[in-house]
Amino acid sequence: MPMPEWLNRRRGKSDDRDAAQWSKCPSCGEMLYRRDLAGNLYVCSRCGYHFRMGAYDRISTIVDGDFTEIGAEVRSTDPLLWSDRKSYPAKLAGDRERSGLSEGIVCGFGEIGGYDAALGVMDFHFRGGTMGTVVGERVTLLLEEARRRRTPCIIFTASGGARMEEGMFALMQLAKTTAAVTRFMGDGNLLFTVLTDPTTGGVSASFAFQADVVIAEPGAMIGFAGRRVIEQTIRQKLPDRFQTAEFLLEKGHIDMVVDRRHIKETLARLLEYAVKGAQRLQEASR
Amino acid sequence: MNPFAEREKALLELERRINELRAATADQPMDMSSEIAALESRYQEILREVYGRPTPWQKVHIARHPDRPTALEYIAALDRFDELHGDRYYRDDQAVVGGFGLLRGRAIMAIGQQRGRDTKENLRRNFGMVAPEGYRKVRRLALLASRFGVPIVTFIDTKGADPGISSEEHAQSEAIAQSLVAFTNARVPIVATVVGEGGSGGALALGIADRVIMLENSTYSVASPEGCAAILWADASKAEEAAEHLKLTAQDLMRYGIIDEIVPEPLGGANRDPIGIVTRVLERVDAALAALERFTPSELLTARYEKYRRMGAWGERAPAVSG
Repeated sequence: MPMPEWLNRRRGKSDDRDAAQWSKCPSCGEMLYRRDLAGNLYVCSRCGYHFRMGAYDRISTIVDGDFTEIGAEVRSTDPLLWSDRKSYPAKLAGDRERSGLSEGIVCGFGEIGGYDAALGVMDFHFRGGTMGTVVGERVTLLLEEARRRRTPCIIFTASGGARMEEGMFALMQLAKTTAAVTRFMGDGNLLFTVLTDPTTGGVSASFAFQADVVIAEPGAMIGFAGRRVIEQTIRQKLPDRFQTAEFLLEKGHIDMVVDRRHIKETLARLLEYAVKGAQRLQEASR
Repeated sequence: MNPFAEREKALLELERRINELRAATADQPMDMSSEIAALESRYQEILREVYGRPTPWQKVHIARHPDRPTALEYIAALDRFDELHGDRYYRDDQAVVGGFGLLRGRAIMAIGQQRGRDTKENLRRNFGMVAPEGYRKVRRLALLASRFGVPIVTFIDTKGADPGISSEEHAQSEAIAQSLVAFTNARVPIVATVVGEGGSGGALALGIADRVIMLENSTYSVASPEGCAAILWADASKAEEAAEHLKLTAQDLMRYGIIDEIVPEPLGGANRDPIGIVTRVLERVDAALAALERFTPSELLTARYEKYRRMGAWGERAPAVSG
């Protein structure tokens, strides 16, 4: 879709929500004026704390201009006819209303620093970014289309794991996205992931850690098992740094931790290496 | 709590009395056969009453029964088995066992999650909860099977991947993610059987397969019922309720097209006839391998891709939720 339409979509919701003009930084307690916070990509200007960010906001800070969304027509179903405190369709409707999103990921194509890229951005505000059939299907469609176009793919993750309310259909999305990733990468295409807070469970145990280059945002919580589950299992409290991006960097699990304000230029540099490498291969094979 | 505990006590008591009577009549001339027959019919009656129509939560307990055959029982019933150890990086995780073997003369790579049958073994096997080192062993063996050209046969039995500090420090996510890749790319037939409990990505790491078999009372779910209850309601004690919601039974998953075949169990569960069940499962695995034999590696990879591509594909199943 052309720029103004999706830009409106991202702004439409947040204006009503911003009745409160100020946000308190949960890390340092600084009172931040909402408009300044948005201008600073939702990073606290005092301590650098990274707030969670909406998918359309994120896309607007990453792509140069136009963003062509794909897979938006893929909508949630209720395969298990799940109902606990609330029915699953009611939970979905509530999240659609609150987040302004149709599901937990927005996918499409755009340019980043002048380079073509496929881009998928997960959003924690929709069902905690959990992966059900729609997230799995949209990621798969994105990778299939990127493979046809021979375009590198970048996925921003934010996920509490597989979506319980879709049961085994949700677990099968790990298999489905893995199949799409392996076909995409098997043809020599490059996949980059940017892990944002939080990235756990089924998403971290599939495409998040199947990528060629894995970047994380500062302070992001990243792991397989959630903190509460581990604490209950071992019956002790975990250190604060455990499972943070910085902890994972130290342990050698990720390539780099990059401040949100530098992520676009970092991605552009990686895309440049990829394009230059591809050009060299093409010339060498002539 | 085990929903069968009380009735199991009654069954054990009946079994003891039947055996006593049998022993008594063996060296005495009096005929007790009608008494024995009466007790036996009472035994069958209770069995049917208790296990005739198990609920999902009851199935979870049948699947976790300490006497239910575990991966090693299936592996021991192969014609031959040569265990291979370790991840080549750090250690040999005993929660997963793997190696080459022969199944009815056919060379295979057998890989199984192994829980313990008693406390001591449970500690050594970490209750069948595999750590990253174990998943790296699994991945290595899957790659090795591809290089040898022998099919992969897995036995799934885990509540989920190990959720400990060391597992996180050793990149549990990455280990599972790469095991998924290895199974997706394996150029040999894969047959997976859920022999006990299949919980979450920790089970799926051995579960991407051309044919997926489940035992009648095995369970397979996106998270263990306890895990699901903790995630959704921050209360693991609501596991029974979660088990009802998750649609984790073999019958549900067959209906959804997520598994391909169900192997029937005797009334009361596989633990009542371990040898018979092991034989029957290996027969079905062998039949599945025979059927997959005629496909070339590229045909297998294409069919496997299409199989998982369709899983929960939009527009094929239920109508979209309105809104």
